[in-house]
Amino acid sequence: MSTPTKTLEALASREYKWGFVSDIEADTLPPGLNEEVIRLISAKKAEPEFMLQWRLRAYRHWSELERRAGEPKWANVTYPPIDYQKIVYYSAPKRQGEGQASLGGVDPKLLETFERLGIPLAEQKRLAGVAVDAVFDSVSVATTFKEKLAELGIIFCSFSEAVQNHPDLVQKYLGSVVPYTDNFYAALNSAVFSDGSFCYIPKGVRCPMELSTYFRINAAGSGQFERTLIVAEEGSYVSYLEGCTAPMRDENQLHAAVVELIAHEGAHIKYSTVQNWYAGDAEGRGGIFNFVTKRGKCAGRGARISWTQVETGSAITWKYPSVILQADDSVGEFYSVALTANRQQADTGTKMLHIGKNTRSTIISKGISAGRGNNTYRGLVRILPRAVNARNYTQCDSLLLGDRCGAHTFPYIEVANASSVAEHEASTSKISDEQLFYCKQRGLSGDNAVSMIINGFCKEVFKNLPMEFAVEATKLLGVSLEGSIG
Amino acid sequence: MLSIRDLSVGVEGKTILRHLNLEVRAGEVHAVMGPNGSGKSTLAQALAGHPAYTVTGGQVTYLGRDLLAMPPEERARAGVFLAFQYPIEIAGVSNAAFLKAAINEMRAARGLQELDAMEVLELLEQKLALVEMDRSFLNRPVNEGFSGGEKKRNEILQMAVLEPTLAILDETDSGLDIDALKIVAQGVNRLRRADNAIILVTHYQRILQYVEPDHVHVLFDGRIVKSAGKELALELEGRGYDWIKDEVAA
Repeated sequence: MSTPTKTLEALASREYKWGFVSDIEADTLPPGLNEEVIRLISAKKAEPEFMLQWRLRAYRHWSELERRAGEPKWANVTYPPIDYQKIVYYSAPKRQGEGQASLGGVDPKLLETFERLGIPLAEQKRLAGVAVDAVFDSVSVATTFKEKLAELGIIFCSFSEAVQNHPDLVQKYLGSVVPYTDNFYAALNSAVFSDGSFCYIPKGVRCPMELSTYFRINAAGSGQFERTLIVAEEGSYVSYLEGCTAPMRDENQLHAAVVELIAHEGAHIKYSTVQNWYAGDAEGRGGIFNFVTKRGKCAGRGARISWTQVETGSAITWKYPSVILQADDSVGEFYSVALTANRQQADTGTKMLHIGKNTRSTIISKGISAGRGNNTYRGLVRILPRAVNARNYTQCDSLLLGDRCGAHTFPYIEVANASSVAEHEASTSKISDEQLFYCKQRGLSGDNAVSMIINGFCKEVFKNLPMEFAVEATKLLGVSLEGSIG
Repeated sequence: MLSIRDLSVGVEGKTILRHLNLEVRAGEVHAVMGPNGSGKSTLAQALAGHPAYTVTGGQVTYLGRDLLAMPPEERARAGVFLAFQYPIEIAGVSNAAFLKAAINEMRAARGLQELDAMEVLELLEQKLALVEMDRSFLNRPVNEGFSGGEKKRNEILQMAVLEPTLAILDETDSGLDIDALKIVAQGVNRLRRADNAIILVTHYQRILQYVEPDHVHVLFDGRIVKSAGKELALELEGRGYDWIKDEVAA
């Protein structure tokens, strides 16, 4: 059997370990979207009036986009039209007690679910050094280490709690980086988002542990629309991680999130994602549509925002974690590994918008395509006239496994002043039979050889992940590509 | 240890080895020499199980097992080591990580416990001295950016670490300056034991000044046409390969 055929057959049988469904009683709205649904979501969360009004403005904007042109069509992905009236916009596990303050009110099945996912929430079992906000369908069910972080003035809580307890901060920053008018999915998210994480790092504080949100989709027919907002005050530092999984289902489910980061003077936000949504089966049935808007703003001088993403899941991934380099001397970084196997499609990359002087950005993108996967890097580097002495370095590498997959690169570079420099390097390679034979001659199995070569290919990205997640990412790629070459 | 009977091998439909026979016993060093295109590398690659080389006839028995029925990784785990003529680069994978994976897969195959990173490092440091390499060598990606000589020394390092039962060195001496050649030869000599065997595939007699073979074979047109002791190598060095061709033609 030839290598590509084997690749396909082996990939078809790969296992998704996180594909189980939890039997949990839920409070679910009927499918469909209208102003009434939005009022209901807002009411369920007992939101202040400004939130409702913002949601309604977003909804009206989205309806207008939907009516005029529908969803954007420019991405290098194909999928059947989405019927937005068939999606459930709110599904929350029923609480047994009151409030989110303790785990006492959380359904034990929920705790069990997260434990099965490797995210223990109970106090005695918590992951050391990582504070977790666990989001299940439309709501956050628990946030660990909240009190400990509060001692340092760090706010880390669900978005809903932030709206209740810190409305001033929410009002100040919500939509300040990604306005609801930004794009179709950002407008939809702004209208219907139900929860997410909020984090605020006060001036001069270095957050002593990793902050993390784990997103789990469980309910059938529902979409997940969450919002993350991170504000890092002057001179602060935070490393934030995001993980996600979903059950295996034959229908596609929509995940349209918005993430906004604000880094003030000298602050550094490091945002890492290990995305492992269900990818669909070998024939492309089912899987998550991951249509996400992520953007950070370097609002103060010398601020730095680093995005690191490992995208192994989802039927379709469509996201461009970006940085607005507003202030002078600010730094934007984007490190990405995107894997598409079976019939997965990814159109992902970044935007680096250089506005301030001496701003610098680095883009390292590694695309891996296997089976009939289709992998696109799309990036924009825009250096405005006043961004003198701006620097960008971009490196886009593609690795192909087999001969039925695709790799595409669409880099856009716009430089509007003469003192700036943008560099772009790109390569496309295959795992050669010679490399495989060499590894096997040293006793390595085909699977281990492939995963070793791929890890080597991804090394520049993985080294930017926090330790525990680098290990997880390495394993994840191993699982995703198991048996990809005989 | 190794018994090759009537072996025929083709690549891309073209027959290269024709009814080749060779016996190798434990403790022996065999030099396989021959002009370019005689099939030396094909023999080395076929024994290691390279998928591009198709065996069209014959048998190979290794330690009582049917070698040709074993996939390449199993051959390796059973102690067959090939030092590549053109070692392959693996970007982003450090030598140490590569060797750790190899060591542990071999150990697992033999029912031994895996070595942890520290134990592997200790082992590697011992072996580095053998090929006169410093520790920085371990952190560099496998063969990437290595000079020709470094690549060959890296093969010998791998051999030293993996301690094969049957080592096949495919023109490991070619392209080496005299210092590197001595290091390689010394590495090979240090690995000679009563319970293992080495097949040195080479174009030149030069390395045989440092590694003394028990047997020298001349490969020509896909078969072994002459076998003798180490003196044959010297004769080849003096007279070239043409007289062999004439003998075969006669």
